[in-house]
Amino acid sequence: MGLLVNAIAGFLFGLGLVIGGMANPAKVLNFLDLTGSWDPSLAFVMAGAVAVTFIGYKLVFRQPRPLLAARFQLPEMNQIDRRLVLGAAIFGVGWGLSGFCPGPAITSLPLLAKGTLVFVPAMLGGMILTRLITNRGLQAKTLVPARAGEAQ
Amino acid sequence: MTATQFTPLASTIGGVLIGIATVLLMLFNGRIAGISGIVGRLLPPYRNNDVIGAAAFILGLMTAPLGYTLATGTSVLQTVSGNVPLMVIAGLLVGIGTTYGGGCTSGHGVCGLSRLSLRSVAATAIFMMTAFVTVFVTRHILGG
Repeated sequence: MGLLVNAIAGFLFGLGLVIGGMANPAKVLNFLDLTGSWDPSLAFVMAGAVAVTFIGYKLVFRQPRPLLAARFQLPEMNQIDRRLVLGAAIFGVGWGLSGFCPGPAITSLPLLAKGTLVFVPAMLGGMILTRLITNRGLQAKTLVPARAGEAQ
Repeated sequence: MTATQFTPLASTIGGVLIGIATVLLMLFNGRIAGISGIVGRLLPPYRNNDVIGAAAFILGLMTAPLGYTLATGTSVLQTVSGNVPLMVIAGLLVGIGTTYGGGCTSGHGVCGLSRLSLRSVAATAIFMMTAFVTVFVTRHILGG
């Protein structure tokens, strides 16, 4: 049942990326090109997603726990550290070079564009490398109730 | 560069779908819909963190273009750069940055902002900023 929810959520998420235009790097790059061929569409994707999630999360977190799991798994860190700043800055450069962030890149895999087929393995390589070096993957995740913390 | 059309309605609908998916995942499974985090669960070093659930989500994600094409009868409009060195470097930077910074456009941008997480607000502001600067430099200074 939890698996089915994962699959359905993944499908809806991907469909949203495709319909919203985020799976098209040209559209993303035009969104990021404020002084050139600016296409503000992606602000609407963000606004729609955040509006629904903001209200939806408020309702969900009134429940003591998720319907199919023991507890809500939320990031518990709340400090803006060097790692967050540096990581976000590096990510933004890669996003600006390609027009791809992780979700749209993975969603685009079956469309088999040459750029996607080299981008995704490189991204996975970067993820594995960073996980191995920082050992982030082995750090135990503390489970905390809803509220406080960061996202992942 | 490729001109794209302003699509406020389709983009809002897309955003709402992303929001619904994000809320469903929290309601049922208690999980953040952060794609870099979910992909990370599929990669070594492994820990006991619902690898199969992450795989199911990713499979659903990759089924979306087919679902879109079956439902609408149109193929997914996409222009991806075919510049291999550029895409390799960009992929590496996205992989390293999202893992080191603990999130991407979905985890920090959608889930984190919705939870009013200070870390995510900062992360989102920073990656938007460096992305804007990168596009400005490549398009208007280097003239890509």
